[in-house]
Amino acid sequence: MQNDLSHYKEILVKGIWRENPVAYQVLGICSALAVTVKMSTALVMSIALTLVAGFSGLIISSLRHLIPSNIRIIVELTVIASLVIITDQILQAYLYDISKQLSIFVGLIITNCIILGRAEAFALANNPADSFVDGIANGLGYSMILVAVAFLRELLGSGQFFGFSVIPQFVYDMGFQDMGIMVLAPGAFFVIGLLVWLKNSLPGISHEKK
Amino acid sequence: MGDLLSLFINSVFIGNILLAYFLGICSFIAVSKTIETATGLGLAVIFVLTVTSPVNWLIYHGLLAPGALAWAGFPELDLSFLKFITFIAVIAAMVQAVEMVIDRYSPLLYATLGVFLPLIAVNCAILGTSLFIVERNHTFIESVVFGAGSGTGWMLAIVSLAAIRKKVRYADVPKGLDGFGFIMIIAGLMAMTFMMFSGITL
Repeated sequence: MQNDLSHYKEILVKGIWRENPVAYQVLGICSALAVTVKMSTALVMSIALTLVAGFSGLIISSLRHLIPSNIRIIVELTVIASLVIITDQILQAYLYDISKQLSIFVGLIITNCIILGRAEAFALANNPADSFVDGIANGLGYSMILVAVAFLRELLGSGQFFGFSVIPQFVYDMGFQDMGIMVLAPGAFFVIGLLVWLKNSLPGISHEKK
Repeated sequence: MGDLLSLFINSVFIGNILLAYFLGICSFIAVSKTIETATGLGLAVIFVLTVTSPVNWLIYHGLLAPGALAWAGFPELDLSFLKFITFIAVIAAMVQAVEMVIDRYSPLLYATLGVFLPLIAVNCAILGTSLFIVERNHTFIESVVFGAGSGTGWMLAIVSLAAIRKKVRYADVPKGLDGFGFIMIIAGLMAMTFMMFSGITL
């Protein structure tokens, strides 16, 4: 049991980049797309999901010797649903506007495949501290894709960044127009498809020579 | 009646639960390799959605909504924060019950749908539909129609994707885009096609 820092770093790197849950394992994209029209909703959603992923890993891993294996899915869902209820109540209390915009997608964190997937694949077999770090890492990996998609969609779709217009007027004067498609559903599919292409090409640059 | 028909058409095409609200994409990608399995999962989703949406409506409006427990002497009680945990439990239980009923009375149908039923319990589309019904204040009849419509729309989308994937199996896709990225681009084009319906009013 080596619990030095490099061990945690290894788990973090794996979750965030090498086995990124969205791009590599194709998990949890349901909600990844719906809340990415604006940066603010995407960021709140990322924080909520990362915390739920971390704490569900911690709790499920602490209970792993007590959960009978044939009812484990329902126990996991109960733990996750309770955490999501807490998150939802906190959002409604302190960030009411954003909570309204996120609408049903906060609730859908429950069925987000990343959380249940990490609980099944990692938390049931590892100690609580590792599982917490793993949950946070996968949450951050997911957040990275979410924020990247939201950045592109908000910038190209409405010329804004966190609600502030960032594209200067003279660019519009020269004939630039906001891309309406980016605000709509298909834009999300295209952006994530192209981002995955980009990500898959990055480590493969050295192979191009052959 | 016209309202219900319009709600149905709207939930199948314009507000397609998969292509406009991105619900149930995990299984949309994982189970669209062949048309047969896509059809099987699609039918199972329609079935489960049509059953769970009204059941969740009854539970929400009978027990959880603010003031719903007035008959029991708690007119101020608001249990609506419990909706997430209740809905997911109802969905898991209904899926289990449906699986047992189908197994008992129709072994043939069970052979087709059986393997997909457990997958459905964690499909975002099912929970999402129940939550949409609460958020949009649908009536009981509307919840049945909306459930069936969402399921039909979902099936239409996954079967179409399976058919398209079959057509492009030997397409020469750039390396790196192959696989997940390519499917997302196809889904984007499908979403654009479904948006064409948005001019329809009944």
